[in-house]
Amino acid sequence: MRIQCPFCGERDVNEFAYLGDAEFKRPDPNAADAAARFFEAVYLRDNPAGPHDELWYHTYGCRSWLRVTRDTLTHEILRVQIGDAH
Amino acid sequence: MRYSLFSLLRHSLSKHRGWAPAWRDATPKPGYDVIIVGGGGHGLAAAYYLAKVHGVRNVAVLEKRHIGSGNAGRNTTIIRSNYLLPGNNPFYEWSMQLWEGLEQDLNYNTMVSQRGVLNLYHSDAQRDAYARRGNAMRMHGVDAELLDTEGVRRMLPFLDFENARFPVLGGLLQRRGGTARHDAVVWGYARAASDLSVDIIQNCEVTGFIREGERIAGVHTSRGPIRAARTGIAVAGNTSRLANLAGLRLPIESHVLQAFVSEAIKPFIDCVVTMGAGHFYISQSDKGGLVFGGDIDGYNSYAQRGNLPTVEHVCESGMALIPSMGRVRILRSWGGIMDMSMDGSPIIDRTPLEGLYLNAGWCYGGFKATPASGWCFAHLLATEQAYPVARGFRLDRFATGHLIDENGRGAQPNLH
Repeated sequence: MRIQCPFCGERDVNEFAYLGDAEFKRPDPNAADAAARFFEAVYLRDNPAGPHDELWYHTYGCRSWLRVTRDTLTHEILRVQIGDAH
Repeated sequence: MRYSLFSLLRHSLSKHRGWAPAWRDATPKPGYDVIIVGGGGHGLAAAYYLAKVHGVRNVAVLEKRHIGSGNAGRNTTIIRSNYLLPGNNPFYEWSMQLWEGLEQDLNYNTMVSQRGVLNLYHSDAQRDAYARRGNAMRMHGVDAELLDTEGVRRMLPFLDFENARFPVLGGLLQRRGGTARHDAVVWGYARAASDLSVDIIQNCEVTGFIREGERIAGVHTSRGPIRAARTGIAVAGNTSRLANLAGLRLPIESHVLQAFVSEAIKPFIDCVVTMGAGHFYISQSDKGGLVFGGDIDGYNSYAQRGNLPTVEHVCESGMALIPSMGRVRILRSWGGIMDMSMDGSPIIDRTPLEGLYLNAGWCYGGFKATPASGWCFAHLLATEQAYPVARGFRLDRFATGHLIDENGRGAQPNLH
């Protein structure tokens, strides 16, 4: 598996560290249902078989967070964006 | 038919042409009392104990390919009960006790070999952690021995004891641990369940659930709808995909774990050795191949194959521990898809949907749990109650905070 880093070019997956699902959004801690929202955000996953948006960190390169769309059935990298692009 | 020395002799007279198939390949009926989705070790064991212990014989096991073609055929066959936490230890010890009587119970040679499982330590801190774990095991009535360097050297003189980074200072040994034959476990349970009139239905993929309000009343399959009062899911690796068909979102990520086997060599390692510090474990199969592996690759995957960095890392760890392994050639490598739960422990519980039951989240420890998982899942499906040793494996523990986090790593499945 190789990831096309927008800053460094195509690099071996060994240079990257994996965080997980990129959809994580920190819930509002002051909301009335904050406990339930935090439970969902921290513990529940879509875990799709197919395209998956996920966060990778280029540890042994530019040390950028990348948002990578990768097919979990084939490991094909479909798209790489800078982590805070959205 | 019972397998015995006499049946072997009798069939040898007819040149072994009279053997009947070990189990019945059934076609689906319109409905059952219980359907278990997943014809792996856990599903078949659950069906067997449902029929044997609870007298529920109108049971079907649905398998999308052939039985044992998922993780039951992709593991490294280790059995052990060396767990630390009170939520885990009695469950795995119950599994070990079932392993110890399994061949007599099933009348099938599952090749259970209690050759010992040795966890090496390489630092004072690791020694203290293993001493604590060993003490916890002994307080639960499980055997554990803490070995020093000389104790390990007597067992495995060929380890690199003087390794500069990971000197072998000793290990925690569970002598009752060991290995079993994974395919034989699947076939043994299938045969014993089939004898008790359980229907084993292959090439039958579940494509959806028959839903009546908040109740699950069976499944839609590639071989038509099948109704059931109770439906159990035992499809570790694909649990999220199946649960998604019922509208459930689970605390599980699917990750790939690789394993390796070398060419067959003469007897070399007569126990199971693990090196937690370097992410490596190894045993030798009865055929002679060295069976070894390490950690999961660390990213979500359903691909049943991994990547080269992990291959390299596992082999480097192996070389650090056993330098003579460098002369052995690797024959095969493969990957299995692990249900990585958010605390590293499994789930055997009801779901929010009536009539739907869950057996999932085995991480990379499912094989050793096969008998107890089947036993406890059968108990749940038959009585709606958790079996005492599986009481902690609740689905709602992530919401209530009653986690069973054996490694203390939190909700980071790729670190468990």
